[in-house]
Amino acid sequence: MSSPQDGADPGARQSPPAVEVTDLHKAFGDLEVLKGISLKAETGDVVAIIGGSGSGKSTMLRCINMLELPTRGEISIKGETIEMKDGGRHGLQPSNARQLRRIRTRLAMVFQSFNLWQHMTVMGNIIEAPVHVMGVPRDEAIARAEKLLDRVGLYDKRDAYPAFLSGGQQQRAAIARALAVDPDVMLFDEPTSALDPELVGEVLAVIADLAREGRTMLLVTHEMKFAREVASHVVYLADGVIEEQGPPEVVYSAPKSERLQKFLATVQ
Amino acid sequence: MGPETRSWREPHRLVLIAIGIGIVVLAATTMRWDWLPRYSGRLIDGVGTTLWLLALTSVLGFLLAVPLGLAQAAGPWWLAAPARAFCTVIRGTPLLLQLWLLYYGLGSLFAYWPEIRQSWAWPYLRQAWPYGVLALTMSFAGYEGEVMRGAFAGVPRGELEAARAYGMSPWTAFRRVWLPRAIHRALPTLAGETVLQLKATPLVATITVVDVYAIISRVRQDTYLTYEPLLLLALIYMILTGILVVAFRWLEAKVPVKGA
Repeated sequence: MSSPQDGADPGARQSPPAVEVTDLHKAFGDLEVLKGISLKAETGDVVAIIGGSGSGKSTMLRCINMLELPTRGEISIKGETIEMKDGGRHGLQPSNARQLRRIRTRLAMVFQSFNLWQHMTVMGNIIEAPVHVMGVPRDEAIARAEKLLDRVGLYDKRDAYPAFLSGGQQQRAAIARALAVDPDVMLFDEPTSALDPELVGEVLAVIADLAREGRTMLLVTHEMKFAREVASHVVYLADGVIEEQGPPEVVYSAPKSERLQKFLATVQ
Repeated sequence: MGPETRSWREPHRLVLIAIGIGIVVLAATTMRWDWLPRYSGRLIDGVGTTLWLLALTSVLGFLLAVPLGLAQAAGPWWLAAPARAFCTVIRGTPLLLQLWLLYYGLGSLFAYWPEIRQSWAWPYLRQAWPYGVLALTMSFAGYEGEVMRGAFAGVPRGELEAARAYGMSPWTAFRRVWLPRAIHRALPTLAGETVLQLKATPLVATITVVDVYAIISRVRQDTYLTYEPLLLLALIYMILTGILVVAFRWLEAKVPVKGA
């Protein structure tokens, strides 16, 4: 999804897209959830993925870091294709566990239900992947984590356990955990859907801040107004296929497909 | 916080303390305790035996319980089935029976085996305590295996998913998230099971291991006293239980859970 000015110098060597998904299929048994999705996100893009429930948007996001194994298709992160082999009846299987783990540290996921590790403090959660997966020295990781906590406004909660935080605080801690691995791409899976309405704003403010900073992100969301404000590109998924996509001004103001028109009418 | 920080000066507690002091004074003044100095050394040794039996078998039993629980919670059927069978058999039969089967059964079979009689292990295998340790370890593993199965299965999927999403290998995810999270969940049950394990240790006296219970039995035979040695024994087990309970509370408080 390059913006128009990116194409100004077609002869220059372009850096590979941050995320490139080609012909992605996913079936649960006989139920085909994704029916051939192709998507490209350049570095710095904020891609909002919208669609009704059951449209496959969360499944698509979870396929990108292989939490869900696709049945068919190809996924590349920064030009590196995730190695997969045919697992027969089970569809595709990752064939290079080391590569997958390395790529996963370049992607950071923020979950709908936060999924903070409950036996660790907020600080423990944030330094866990840097220290125990990437091998960053502990004091370095702590120094970085303190900056991130400050940024998401949780510095005073650094030693609290997740169970003692509000949903909004937990999700902000989870965003700090994601930032701690300094990811190439951030994946947001309905980050505000599990929050009480009055807590949604504080989380969206942090995400908007990251978008302004030029973070590459894929954001599955139900917050239509928010998606319109922060996204550089909006993808509308319906029934396992991309029904329509484009810049938010176009998608929201002049939807071409009838389904998208109906969808926007019901959610706005 | 919890009830442990409540004051001991509440009325009902004062009454209980007064009754306790009364019993101690009554027992000290009206009963015979002249044998106590003569046996004090052996009693301390006996408590020592009881404690190391408890510590060794709880630790070994727990180390066995982790794979037993994991196999049942997430293993393939050919691992889950034997693990479940082991836990069912151990939990379904009396510990005394297991102890005697091992000591009188297995122990006497070994004696007919020249290879074993000539091996380095024989000096140990002809003693009673290895069978006591084995039986108590297996018992603890059987009960704890079941507890750990539930604890492993109860760790929220999302937290394990997050571990994968952040690039953890299966081993790292187990070591950093799944196991500590499961132990944390199992800790309150584990505390209770360890107290039960303490109170299971005197069974080893039936196979000639000299723990604190065996010493007290000896006192009763020597002095023809009934109540005094048994009262002392009760007091000793209560003090040990109290220490265990406080230790586990301290462990549990290290990672607070909401609502506890």
